Amino acid sequence: MNPVVGVAAFAAVSLATAVIGFYGLRVSRTTGDFYVASRTVKPWWNASAIGGEYLSAASFLGVAGLILLSGTDALWYPVGYTAGYLMLLLFVAAPLRRSGAYTIPDFTEARLDSRSVRRVTSLVVVLVGWLYIVPQLHGAALAIRITTGLPAWVGPVAVVGVVCITVVAGGMRSITFVQAFQYWLKLTALAVPIVFLLFVLGGGESAAAESPSSSTANPTALAPAGPYQIISLLVALLFGTLGLPHVLVRFYTNPDGQSARRTTLIVLGLLSVFYLFPTAYGMLGRVFAPDLARSGQADALVLLLPGRMIGGMAGDLLTALVVAGAFAAFLSTTSGLVVSLAGVISQDVFGGSVRGFRLAALISAIVPLGIASMTGSVGLAGSVGLVFAFTASTICPVLLLGIWWRGLTDAGAIIGMVTGGVLCGSAMVAGSVLGAAQTPSWLAQPAAWTVPAAFAVTVLVSRATRGRVPRTMTRLMTRLHTPERPLATER
Amino acid sequence: MPDSPLLTAAAVAVIALAIAAVVAVGLKVLRSFRELGTDAERATYKTLHAASRAGQHLRTGLNPAGAAKASKQLRSLLGCDALAITDTTGVLAWDGAGEELKPALMGLAAKVLDGGHLAVIPAGELQLQAAGGGGRTLAPEVERAVVIAPIKAGNRVVGVVAAFAPAAGAGLVRATGEVADWVATQVELAELDASRTLLMEAEVRALRAQISPHFIYNSLNAIASFINTDPVRARELVVEFADFTRYSFRRHGDFTTLAEELRCIDRYLLLERARFGDRVQVSLRIAPEVLSTVIPFLSLQPLVENAVRHGLEAKEGPGHISITANDSGAFAEVTIEDDGVGIDPDQLRSVLAGHSDGEHVGLRNVDARLRQVYGDDNGLVIETAPGEGTLITMRVPKSQPRHDA
Repeated sequence: MNPVVGVAAFAAVSLATAVIGFYGLRVSRTTGDFYVASRTVKPWWNASAIGGEYLSAASFLGVAGLILLSGTDALWYPVGYTAGYLMLLLFVAAPLRRSGAYTIPDFTEARLDSRSVRRVTSLVVVLVGWLYIVPQLHGAALAIRITTGLPAWVGPVAVVGVVCITVVAGGMRSITFVQAFQYWLKLTALAVPIVFLLFVLGGGESAAAESPSSSTANPTALAPAGPYQIISLLVALLFGTLGLPHVLVRFYTNPDGQSARRTTLIVLGLLSVFYLFPTAYGMLGRVFAPDLARSGQADALVLLLPGRMIGGMAGDLLTALVVAGAFAAFLSTTSGLVVSLAGVISQDVFGGSVRGFRLAALISAIVPLGIASMTGSVGLAGSVGLVFAFTASTICPVLLLGIWWRGLTDAGAIIGMVTGGVLCGSAMVAGSVLGAAQTPSWLAQPAAWTVPAAFAVTVLVSRATRGRVPRTMTRLMTRLHTPERPLATER
Repeated sequence: MPDSPLLTAAAVAVIALAIAAVVAVGLKVLRSFRELGTDAERATYKTLHAASRAGQHLRTGLNPAGAAKASKQLRSLLGCDALAITDTTGVLAWDGAGEELKPALMGLAAKVLDGGHLAVIPAGELQLQAAGGGGRTLAPEVERAVVIAPIKAGNRVVGVVAAFAPAAGAGLVRATGEVADWVATQVELAELDASRTLLMEAEVRALRAQISPHFIYNSLNAIASFINTDPVRARELVVEFADFTRYSFRRHGDFTTLAEELRCIDRYLLLERARFGDRVQVSLRIAPEVLSTVIPFLSLQPLVENAVRHGLEAKEGPGHISITANDSGAFAEVTIEDDGVGIDPDQLRSVLAGHSDGEHVGLRNVDARLRQVYGDDNGLVIETAPGEGTLITMRVPKSQPRHDA
């Protein structure tokens, strides 16, 4: 493959991101524009931004790779990734927006009136963010290696470099527009090539598209997933979405709880449309590129398929588009996470100064770079699925119970988070020590028991420490669950 | 899933946590073995430590939660069997044995609450008095002497401290009296805290900006001048003026959102432009993420008014004001810049410090409110020099769950 294609695609995406980030703000010079400039973000825009930030390497590359490997069983991943937003819509979006809190630690501190809860939540949020950035960087390493032939470390370093420069130089001033742009770029980058591929298949003119034989329909001999694994995976994905720090801060952009709900509804639609395409790639890959599964390069399927099935100039252009989409996925998720982690770290460690924010941004990008360079990637969708399991066993119980249960106490929240974190963390560690072949399914997919355990511990400890229910609880709960007063100047 | 990066990362995290836990426990153990001085020094330390711990719990005043924690410390201080704290209406906390006496305590304390003098009930008489007050007899094994000392805050009795011991020696009586006095001091401090909070709230309310009378006068005059020449415009201006006053005269809430405040500024500038025409040019660059940030009510409008009044009015030719709002991590950063005549920094300093009532009182008002609400680190930052224009920066935390817009 032409290495220039990959480099050019990466450069173009980075440049577009930076330009929109720096100059994307609406500037008005006349009074007539004043209303335009001071209008809050419409749910459509914000939903696109959430989609842009949420669709990571796991969605863009991982889902197709997993479908190539394990067929229809892998369809539970896109289902779960999307359905998490249904939970968000029903249980979290509006109350969280009404709380007036910006980050998850802000919320838990306000709800439980305790600094210690804030510190523990911040620690968990930072841990989740780091674990989430690592697979993005692995995706970047894979994309650079496959498309340009450069050493793998170039990818993560380039992504972290671009993110650091834009965030530190103030290039995320219009983060909503950057992220919305990234969503539509990712959608285009998957949709346009697949249309061409289907067109080529229909015409039957491509040299690469030889007729499929039935023996290639299942390239690997993976055993189908049992009901436990599916349930556990769905628990992780449904509840894990509720605690993602970079998604939840986006709801602050909505002016009120009602528009937060509407935004979530649109996100559901946008994600549903998006996931049609990785699924299509996976299915085509099972027929036309089964060798990728055998050579352990399943995650590169989306990057390689257009070039394989359509050769020549057209193939190069389509590949460039897909590579651009992939880097949009790495950049948008990483920058979203870095910005929200930097917000948390700068507030809790550096006292909220401007310099502290920059330093915190560097820390939150460079630590995962170190972790990523020390480890190798195995299955993007699977690694991100484990981060969801961790989030579901730590942040989610505190968030859900904090919004819907009056009896939650600070002690219950802390012990619940620690229990969930330790259980899920040790399951992950045990799984890596044993290796995939020896790991029993209850360790490989721990969410089905760690999430209920975290909920149970949180509830039990809260019942035991009933006297610690904060005095501000009633006032805050009222605020969370009553619709806002209409603004005086609304028209 | 072998050697997944996440698992390795999680392993690193777990090991780091384990090391931290071991170090913390080790330090604690080491500290407990350290030499702590002579017996007298240790006794002094223990007394002061118990007192300061109890003091923390009483800082919110006499309430059940604080009193329960404080009574544990105070009982160890007095070395009695049981210690109770009451307010004027009921028992707040009981620490130690003999809780069956609890219903009778208010009866025993009634006299102390009325008279404000310390009372000692010797061991023999407790049964009699308790039976008289509560209508029950007591089992012999709970027979105790009680020292009841009044908690006097100012010249009111706000509660009692009751110490139960097998015998009421002179030492216990004196110590209980001292403990009650000490509790009284804490309660007075708590009341002082409460009134300080009230004072701060009152101050914020008093500082709540009002639109300036000059502005009303000038606007009405400007509108009047249009009534004959351009009645349509005059009508529009009157409507804008009405909307502006409706916003600034609203009664509820000390906070608003940045979006609402910007709309108010828009109306304000429309009215100013009726007077100044094209001399006032405004540009605006707003990050939509921060529009829903909660800010103190009428905190931006005075800054813009300052820019128009003191920056551009005194200047010849057109003047330019630019307003930006940026997303800055967990903060929203709003800047207002004009290219007018600027302010003498020394004069500005003395106005902000409250030493002189000059032209820029509006700035002081906003600055004081910001400091009051968000702490001293979040006041206005003003960069200016005579003839060089003025740049005012305001940083507000995005997360304000306690403030309703």
